[in-house]
Amino acid sequence: MADSAQVAELLEHEEKKSLESREFGFWVYLMTDAIIFALLFASYVVLSKNSAAGPTSNDLFDLGHTAGETVLLLVSSLTFGLATIAMAAGQSGRVVQWLFVTLLLGLGFLAMEMVEFYGMIAKGAGPGTSGFLSAFFTLVGTHGLHVAFGSLGICVMIGQVLIKGLTLPVRSRLLRLGLFWHFLDIVWIGIFSVVYLPGVM
Amino acid sequence: MLGRLTIDAIPLYSWVAMGGAAVTVGGGLAVFLLITYLRAWKVLWTDWLTSVDHKKIGIMYVVLALVMLVRGFVDALMMRAQQAIALNSEGYLPPEHFEQIFSSHGTIMIFFVAMPFLTGLINIIVPQQIGARDVAFPFLNSVSLWMTAAGAGLVLISLAVGKFSTAGWTGYPPYSGIDYNPGVGVDYWLWALIVSGVGSTASGINFIVTIVKNRCPGMTYMRMPMFTWTTLCISILIAFAFPALTVVAAQLALDRTLGFHFFTNGDGGNMMLFANLLWIWGHPEVYILILPAFGIFSEVVATFSRKRLFGYTSLVYATACIAILSFTVWLHHFFTMGSSANVNAVFGIATMIIAVPTGVKIFDWMFTMYRGRIEFHPSMVFTIGFMVTFVIGGVTGVLLALPPADYLMHNSTFLVAHFHNMLIPGALFGYFAGLNYWFPKAFGFKLDAKWGIRSFWFWIIGFYLAFMPLYVLGFMGMSRRMEHYADPNWQPYLIVAALGAVCVLCGIVCIAIQLYVSAKNWGSARDVTGDPWNGRTLEWATASPPAPYNFAVLPEVRDIDAFHEMKLGGVAYLPPGRYEDIVMPKSSGLGPILGALSFVLGFAMVWYIWWLAAVAFVLALVCVGIRASDDNTDFVLPAAEVAKIEAERLGQVTEADMHDMRDFQPIGPASGAPLAGRV
Amino acid sequence: MNTAHSFPLVVKRLPIIFVLALTLLLQGCGLSDAPVLFPKGPIALAERDLLFTAFLLMMIVAIPAIVLTLFFVWRYRSGSDKAAYTPDWEGSWKIETVVWFVPAAIIIVLGTLVWQATHKLDPYKELASDKPVFNVQAIALDWKWLFLYPELGVASVNELAFPADRPLSIEITSDTVMNSLMIPALGGQIYAMAGMRSELNLLADEPGVFMGRNTMFSGDGFADQHFKARALSEEDFTSWKDKVLAETAKLDAETYLELHKQSVANPVTYYSSFENDLFKLILRKYAPIVGPYESKAAELICRGAA
Repeated sequence: MADSAQVAELLEHEEKKSLESREFGFWVYLMTDAIIFALLFASYVVLSKNSAAGPTSNDLFDLGHTAGETVLLLVSSLTFGLATIAMAAGQSGRVVQWLFVTLLLGLGFLAMEMVEFYGMIAKGAGPGTSGFLSAFFTLVGTHGLHVAFGSLGICVMIGQVLIKGLTLPVRSRLLRLGLFWHFLDIVWIGIFSVVYLPGVM
Repeated sequence: MLGRLTIDAIPLYSWVAMGGAAVTVGGGLAVFLLITYLRAWKVLWTDWLTSVDHKKIGIMYVVLALVMLVRGFVDALMMRAQQAIALNSEGYLPPEHFEQIFSSHGTIMIFFVAMPFLTGLINIIVPQQIGARDVAFPFLNSVSLWMTAAGAGLVLISLAVGKFSTAGWTGYPPYSGIDYNPGVGVDYWLWALIVSGVGSTASGINFIVTIVKNRCPGMTYMRMPMFTWTTLCISILIAFAFPALTVVAAQLALDRTLGFHFFTNGDGGNMMLFANLLWIWGHPEVYILILPAFGIFSEVVATFSRKRLFGYTSLVYATACIAILSFTVWLHHFFTMGSSANVNAVFGIATMIIAVPTGVKIFDWMFTMYRGRIEFHPSMVFTIGFMVTFVIGGVTGVLLALPPADYLMHNSTFLVAHFHNMLIPGALFGYFAGLNYWFPKAFGFKLDAKWGIRSFWFWIIGFYLAFMPLYVLGFMGMSRRMEHYADPNWQPYLIVAALGAVCVLCGIVCIAIQLYVSAKNWGSARDVTGDPWNGRTLEWATASPPAPYNFAVLPEVRDIDAFHEMKLGGVAYLPPGRYEDIVMPKSSGLGPILGALSFVLGFAMVWYIWWLAAVAFVLALVCVGIRASDDNTDFVLPAAEVAKIEAERLGQVTEADMHDMRDFQPIGPASGAPLAGRV
Repeated sequence: MNTAHSFPLVVKRLPIIFVLALTLLLQGCGLSDAPVLFPKGPIALAERDLLFTAFLLMMIVAIPAIVLTLFFVWRYRSGSDKAAYTPDWEGSWKIETVVWFVPAAIIIVLGTLVWQATHKLDPYKELASDKPVFNVQAIALDWKWLFLYPELGVASVNELAFPADRPLSIEITSDTVMNSLMIPALGGQIYAMAGMRSELNLLADEPGVFMGRNTMFSGDGFADQHFKARALSEEDFTSWKDKVLAETAKLDAETYLELHKQSVANPVTYYSSFENDLFKLILRKYAPIVGPYESKAAELICRGAA
């Protein structure tokens, strides 16, 4: 029987290898997710003028509100970056603080998006009104859903950092969650420039 | 409380449907009782259902595929019987029932036969071919399996509770929309696709990472066996294409469930968007099904021609070409939608270009046989049958790729004959070849060859009888999916086609007998060396069935035919100097639990039982959260244990069991010099 | 035929039918009126010829592939040890070049052919003729075809009549799910989709009656959704026109709503007139942007009786 120190070393070695695979796998996953968004963008572009009997994008979009959402999300990406820097420095307290700020910003973004959606539905411009609105709600809503899952992930990671500290797997998970969070930023920039900007022009 | 689920969901409307329900429920009950009688629940749960061992997962995939093959084939038989008799009459199936049958036939055969069959074979073999101990993400692998099974479960339960889709396996809206197709059928179809599609995407990601990261020392990309190469290509295809299926299915589900207008007639919907999105997934899917079979044929033809694979580099590039081109041709599925001549012509030409690398493959296999010593093992016979038959399918495929010709043949039985001509020889024969070829690797004993050959003859004769008439009927103007018809000239052909289906039935029965006979005589057909066919690639270096860790010591590879080279060098069965501790993944019940939850989620969404859907979804999230916080998923198998297992295995291998490698020894200065016929 | 009796009858006669079917297959009988093989119009003929040309071209590769495969299987079978054996032979530049470039050359030839043929046989292309084009508007309904004849001001269900010597130009749309209009003897099909207008240009060689149908599965009545396409001589067409014009039934908006309801195997029906711009109104019904309705009839057709 191998002694426990050896076993621990072996396990750690395997863990490193497996975390490396996970990081690569996560990139591949993000690519599949990017395809989902690409196709939702394509659907939106195809349907964006099909307003049927309902309102058009000109009647609905408020660029000021969207700019607010954009700021929240972009800043949240920055704060996640700061959490990652703190992680590199091994300051678990800082990591939790920045994660918490990121979470608040993410929730703020979601709140603003809810307000926007609610306002539209109240105006009779729900997703069932026209092809344009179906595509709009699906694209923007899928992004919002991702932000919600990301926020859930941040909660789980805050818990993990507090309980486990910055162990190897926790760092790796945090890194991957960061990738996911920044990815959502990029998608949002796409939404801003494909959906909202042309929508009010 | 139960949404739209009421007592009316039980199919009392026809005796045929009741029969289907009874067989499904009875079958499930029989399996349940058998397991209970054998007191096998605990063993089943701990050794199989919760296992994350890629070999066991692979076996479960193949079992799922074979069970679903029988179900899908019964559908085929019923359709052929209906069309054989329905000249100017209703036959024995009302339209509504006939429609469910052709829809479920296509759905089952693609998603729940072909996909699990190929994923199963890949699971069993690819890690061994690249000299790895496991896939990159063993737990994700288990989740993939159980999500696929959950999708299959949804299709099966639709027989007993409610109805299945009537919109065909492609489910084109607006016919599949809520306005024209209320009821639960299309929802069953959609949720089966969504659930199993997510599982397949995860499989794709898993195998990309496995092949990129887990290859053993020395295994460069250009030394990977062809089956591994095709697996890598299709994994990339899966990762790129399956999201499209998820998107399109989700959009249609939103249309149906929440009144969205993606594909509706009017209200700003656009059905052409559906066709595009569906086939952006659908065309690569064809190659996802066929390329692994091409990989199997490559392995089989080299082994049973007793020769190196001809044109390995060419085959690799041809595979990659096909994979890339498969994304550029989706529009050929709807040339008749009214695109401009320029668009149609470009897609037509792109489609024909795929014939070039595909043709190259056929010739490369052919020249592998050239100056070989061909042995007619069932897997080789399936390969030969494929090569001859597939050429016909390729020719008709190019014919359909000509837009003007497609205007004539689209939606006809010619088209039906064409894609069966691709998928039966091209995919299914490959999987059968793989089954015969790798069965001993998975179970430790060989399959009965006699029954294998018999099944081949029934299958190939049945195939020709069933589908050549359909080509002709296409010329006679018969559309696909006709529940009855008025042209008496068609009937003789349809009767021949029905006879073909009966012949295929015999083929399936032969496979069942083959499995039974082989299992009964397993002692006499045991494979001690792990290398029953004098194989060439690394999977034959492990025991049959392999130890949980596959390789006690990771091999070092210096050639495409790595194990062949080891045998030539006389190092194949030498124990290594020292064994080491091996880290293994622990079994996990979360895989089957997540599968069960996704089944419940799908079922609840089909029947609008919102609270149940929410509960299932939240529980699934909790499971994911638990797993994501678990740092203790591995255990260590100590070196002493490994040494014991290996010693036992190598102790059984005697000199006499090893293959005579004299034929392969290089002669003269150039190893390529032909050996004259033996005296 | 009665279903209950037909099955055992078929089973009893299976051997006879089998032999019969085989003979039919071998001699090519029963194929003499296969519309795709023996077309009755220049478009279908050109499409078929393209099919045959491409088929023959591909035989350059397909026949060697099949014959060589079978020959190699026989020649190099294990046990026939007279044949040469080269276990390590793994490639040959000569062979590789041939197997890549011969199929590629064929595809280049075919590709050129396809480029030209696709443009020549574009279903939207108006056919050159010294006679004026005969326009018809076809509307797919559950489960029947409605044909409007703007030139005559009449309409017919499940029968399409046109003068045999004039090119036929069909505008197509659907007031239900996706359909596909095809008259195999005259040429290829095109989809009928709600809210969209597609087009099919065909020409018959001579007067005749041809089978036409929807080829795209569309529901329970799909199997019976076929019609007779009648290419009529000048005098036959005149008398057909007179017959339809004498019909009392008119296809106004209300009648159209009635016709729009699902029905299986509709008998041939004629209408001596139809609602103004009916085809446009049906397109309008599924327009991506809905504006104010231009008339009472428009509102009725677009929004239904409710």
